[in-house]
Amino acid sequence: MMNVILDYLISLPSDIIFADISFTIMLIATVYLLTKYAKWKWLWSWIISTDHKKIGIMYLFVSFLFFIRAGIEALLIRMQLAFPNNEFWVFQGERFNQLTSTHGTVMIFLVATPLLIGLMNVIVPLQIGARDVAFPFMNSLSLWLFISGGILINASFVAGGSPNAGWTTYAPLALKEFTPGPGNSYYPIGLQVAGLGTIMGGINFIVTIIKMRAPGMRFMRMPLSTWSMFITSILIVYAFSALAVALLLLTFERLFGTVILSASEGNPLIWQHLFWIFGHPEVYIIALPAFGIFSDVISVFSKRKLFGYPSMVFAIILIGFLGFMVWVHHMFTVGLNTNITIFFALTTMLIAVPTGIKIFNWLFTMRGGRIRFDTPMLYALGFIFTFVIGGVTGVMLGTVPADYQYHDSYFVVAHLHYVIIGATIFGVFSGVYYWWPKMFGKKLNETLGKWNFWTFGIGFHLTFFPMHVMGLMGMPRRVFTYPEGDGLGFLNFISTCGAFMMGIGVLFFMINIYITTRYNNKRVLNDPWFSRGRTLEWTIPSPPPAYNFARLPEVKSREPLWDAYEKGNKNIDFIGEYEDIHLPNSTSLPFFIGIGFLIASFGFVFEIWPVALSGMLIVFLMMSIRSFQRKNGIHIPKEKVRVQDRRGED
Amino acid sequence: METMSAQKHLNHKQAQMNILAFWFLIGAEIVVFGCLFGIYLAVKSLTGQGPTPDELFKLNEIMLSTVVLLTSSFTCAIAVYFLNLSKKLSTLLFFLITILLGLAFIGLEIREFTLYVEEGAKISTSAFLGAFYLLLGTHGFHVLFGVIWISLLLVQLWLKGINQETAPKLFIASLYWHFIDVIWVMIFTIVYLIGKV
Repeated sequence: MMNVILDYLISLPSDIIFADISFTIMLIATVYLLTKYAKWKWLWSWIISTDHKKIGIMYLFVSFLFFIRAGIEALLIRMQLAFPNNEFWVFQGERFNQLTSTHGTVMIFLVATPLLIGLMNVIVPLQIGARDVAFPFMNSLSLWLFISGGILINASFVAGGSPNAGWTTYAPLALKEFTPGPGNSYYPIGLQVAGLGTIMGGINFIVTIIKMRAPGMRFMRMPLSTWSMFITSILIVYAFSALAVALLLLTFERLFGTVILSASEGNPLIWQHLFWIFGHPEVYIIALPAFGIFSDVISVFSKRKLFGYPSMVFAIILIGFLGFMVWVHHMFTVGLNTNITIFFALTTMLIAVPTGIKIFNWLFTMRGGRIRFDTPMLYALGFIFTFVIGGVTGVMLGTVPADYQYHDSYFVVAHLHYVIIGATIFGVFSGVYYWWPKMFGKKLNETLGKWNFWTFGIGFHLTFFPMHVMGLMGMPRRVFTYPEGDGLGFLNFISTCGAFMMGIGVLFFMINIYITTRYNNKRVLNDPWFSRGRTLEWTIPSPPPAYNFARLPEVKSREPLWDAYEKGNKNIDFIGEYEDIHLPNSTSLPFFIGIGFLIASFGFVFEIWPVALSGMLIVFLMMSIRSFQRKNGIHIPKEKVRVQDRRGED
Repeated sequence: METMSAQKHLNHKQAQMNILAFWFLIGAEIVVFGCLFGIYLAVKSLTGQGPTPDELFKLNEIMLSTVVLLTSSFTCAIAVYFLNLSKKLSTLLFFLITILLGLAFIGLEIREFTLYVEEGAKISTSAFLGAFYLLLGTHGFHVLFGVIWISLLLVQLWLKGINQETAPKLFIASLYWHFIDVIWVMIFTIVYLIGKV
């Protein structure tokens, strides 16, 4: 028996053996550490928590793990491409396709989206003066569905092979006819589970923002982060449902033999349409919250009111609206009717207008301000510089005749990384540095933060700027090598060096977290940013108590805290008396629903129906239990709230 | 006084939030079904070796399912009327009729599908049939889900009566039921009627 297992293990490719071994070591290390420091109970208390702050932090943590995994993939891709005719380890041909496909899929669906959702989970209720989100249970469920889907996509390469038809998984390549094996079944099923969680999250935020604002917090007084998350949530609800259909369709094609996407009997373009009807709004789903973060950060670190608040709000709404009308610009070379392509080219370029408004408003906000160059602000400035370049190449790509040249070349790769890293990843770094003290009560180390920014930022431009040139020289994307003598070697080598520099940047970030958590014992007050805070999250202790606001604030302007500072007060006035506070119970059901979905998904991927059915049964059972549960919640008596609040003030 | 009390349940803040969230969920469902209709219309003419819509559909039997489902929407509305009057037993009765009609609809649909499959019109026969089964199947699954969901709610209604907890749930379930009915009207028009033209 042992021999059989051993023989099987030896027959595996070396990268999978390596991954298996490192995964086992990490698992053992985690179990060992949790046991050694007796942290199992603590871990469980997080798993069952319905506190929006804890859920947000878990979102951030898990998506950061996925970020590291997909980042390592990026480094492997760059290693393979470092020299002409290179053969690095096993990553040629098929394995290279798996690398690029999972790198893209993980980065978009399991890193960019949930990182922002996590950050907003922490911040939005604090910014609108709410004690939690509208549906804490559903919030926890969103998290566990995301983790389930994420595990599925991430586990694919050690269990049957990864998706390998690109992150866009175009039919007919993604159909069973051309890619048999479970690899490409992981994609629609894993993302379906994660996407379901995202839709729930979207609805949750919409209702929270509409219904749970503090007294006086009118829509036009909401901070830009909240505004952008509001519009993003609306985009999520409608875009992810289109994705759900596309994924359902692909699942049916692969598991039940429909021929809708087949090239001979059906119409493969349907996949492209559905995918991009989702895919383009998705770009704004991961960009808008970052815009919101930058608006808050730039205003605070410039010590100035945000310039043109109404136009900023209007621009977000317009971008969200136009975002649904541009999807065909991903499909110009398909050969649709000219009038259609012209329409979509125009809407695409139109988006540059509200985006331009935002850029100028950020610049005008800084003008005449007393700017501090702390890490969040550095990332914001880096973003403006990077995003303008990405925006310009975007307009270039939107020009139909030129797009025939750029399509599927490294020019596109350069463009998409400029906008997605430039906006989303810079935005998340900026937001994490900015709100870290609010989440954990300590400031991240500034020196390491600056090292983090400069290595990551310079590395980024070194990696991706040469790709513009490579693309214009004709290097197609998704190829695992290129011949010598085309002049691509040097550019690719620079790009690889840049990628490693970005990796070092991320290492600085991790070291920063470690050092801050371990050695920084300086607790911060409500507003750690040199009394420049403007919005409600800085009026409460860091980290906030479970109920956030001991007494509800009354909002009389867009920047309540700043107005209080202007009047010489230390904090805003909280209205009313202390009252009994009601908080939701913690619950383990979402965790088990997640496990149910995980089991079911594996059943579907490998087409073992009893497993799939039992997984769905677990899900159904848990949902029924939830339906019958009494939702009493926890009551915190007002006396206790008062005592805790007073202690915080001293 | 009693009429007021049921309405009060729906006006409670948490109930209002649940109902608002549900409207957004219906918005998402509209996108889902919109896409499925789009897929269906895009491949309707790709019948390959299989039957065309005209050859396949038998309108008489579809009329029966339509009447059954539309009646269920009517009884569902009556149930909500009694819910507003806080009349537990009448609410229970009419919701029960609603889910029985729902079950009848599912039975008719299963019979229709088996008939088609026996005629050789399987899900993998042509792109048209694939899209047809995908659209109708998604709708049928929604009906089934509604039946199970409302049955669970009826158990709660039986045990707990009409209160702060059950009233909003039943109201939301009724919204869901009307929504899948509206979708059926569209399926009847776009798939069956236009398919026969």
